[in-house]
Amino acid sequence: MLTLRLYLLQRVTAILMAPLVLGHIAVMIYAVQDGLTAAEILGRTQGSLGWMLFYGVFVVAVAIHAAIGLRVIVAETLGLRGAGLNVFAWGAGLLLLALGLRAVWAVTA
Amino acid sequence: MSGDATMQVSVWRSGDGKEGFQTFDAPRREHQTVLDVVTWIQQHADPSLAYRFACRVGMCGSCAMMVNGQPRWTCRTHVSRVLKDGRLEIAPLRNLPVIRDLATDMTPFFEKWVAAEAVFAPSESREAPMAPIKPDDPRRVAADAAIECINCAVCYAACDVVASNPEYLGPAALNRAWTLANDARDGGQKARLDAISKAGGCHNCHSMGNCMTFCPNELNPTASIAGLKRATVKAALGWGKG
Ligand code: SF4
Ligand code: SF4
Ligand code: FES
Repeated sequence: MLTLRLYLLQRVTAILMAPLVLGHIAVMIYAVQDGLTAAEILGRTQGSLGWMLFYGVFVVAVAIHAAIGLRVIVAETLGLRGAGLNVFAWGAGLLLLALGLRAVWAVTA
Repeated sequence: MSGDATMQVSVWRSGDGKEGFQTFDAPRREHQTVLDVVTWIQQHADPSLAYRFACRVGMCGSCAMMVNGQPRWTCRTHVSRVLKDGRLEIAPLRNLPVIRDLATDMTPFFEKWVAAEAVFAPSESREAPMAPIKPDDPRRVAADAAIECINCAVCYAACDVVASNPEYLGPAALNRAWTLANDARDGGQKARLDAISKAGGCHNCHSMGNCMTFCPNELNPTASIAGLKRATVKAALGWGKG
């Protein structure tokens, strides 16, 4: 069920995510070490196009990457195939995308 | 080893509407192979037992079975290496339909070789002069490492992706496709890369290496498949010849 196109999409999103994950962890450590309050964090992220792009790209990559991975797991362990599998994978991807973008919007808009 | 030592052998029986393991007491002999045991049962205990073999020397690839749950070429597998608590359990090869008893139908296995375009596609006529290929040419070296396949389907039985995705072409067909992908005389590269990039193609391999662990000829289909993945990506991105 993994075609070349899905395989490539999963690799490309993985390459995108690698530096973003590291950046995210660095930000987390910085925020915790410095004891920033929620208000202070929001003060820095809100209205910032940079943070919006950083986490926006992250969310899109995660949604695609995870949906393809879940698609393989569901197909191989539960035997789901065909249209049902496509509906599941698109559903999982769109759900992750919606949840993620909502959070990005809330923090950076 | 004493002449009257015996061991318990459970053999899978199917056909005539019944199926299940049947237990035999077979003599335990020195230097005995699993195929010797199966043959002894057929000759001395139950002549109706169906199984397949031909060469008995690890050349033809027809004798593979599950032995104590693992795929083995039975003619070259010594009982002493696989006996567990004095017992043997012998079953037909996994991931293939069973015709009867220990004999599987290998049609799907070979159909996948064709589906993978794992077939030589000559780029020249037979009148053309022989293509000079240096033994140390990197593509020749890559093909060399993968070429000694005996079509035994041991890797196919060992592969969990084949088990969970019947469409998957499997390690043997893809390993053969890799040897041809490295054959300078072959003119079918585009069709081959397309064939192995579909839903059941090489990208489904999890690279866990069961095929490599069990291949009796110590081939490494996992590495061949990794090579094919790289070749398909290079071709898709237009980076020279895969
Ligand atoms: S490495 Fe790939 S082909 Fe080999 S057993 Fe694992 S999934 Fe199957
Ligand atoms: S690759 Fe190895 S295990 Fe697989 S069919 Fe060929 S010889 Fe048998
Ligand atoms: S009988 Fe030919 S390989 Fe075992």
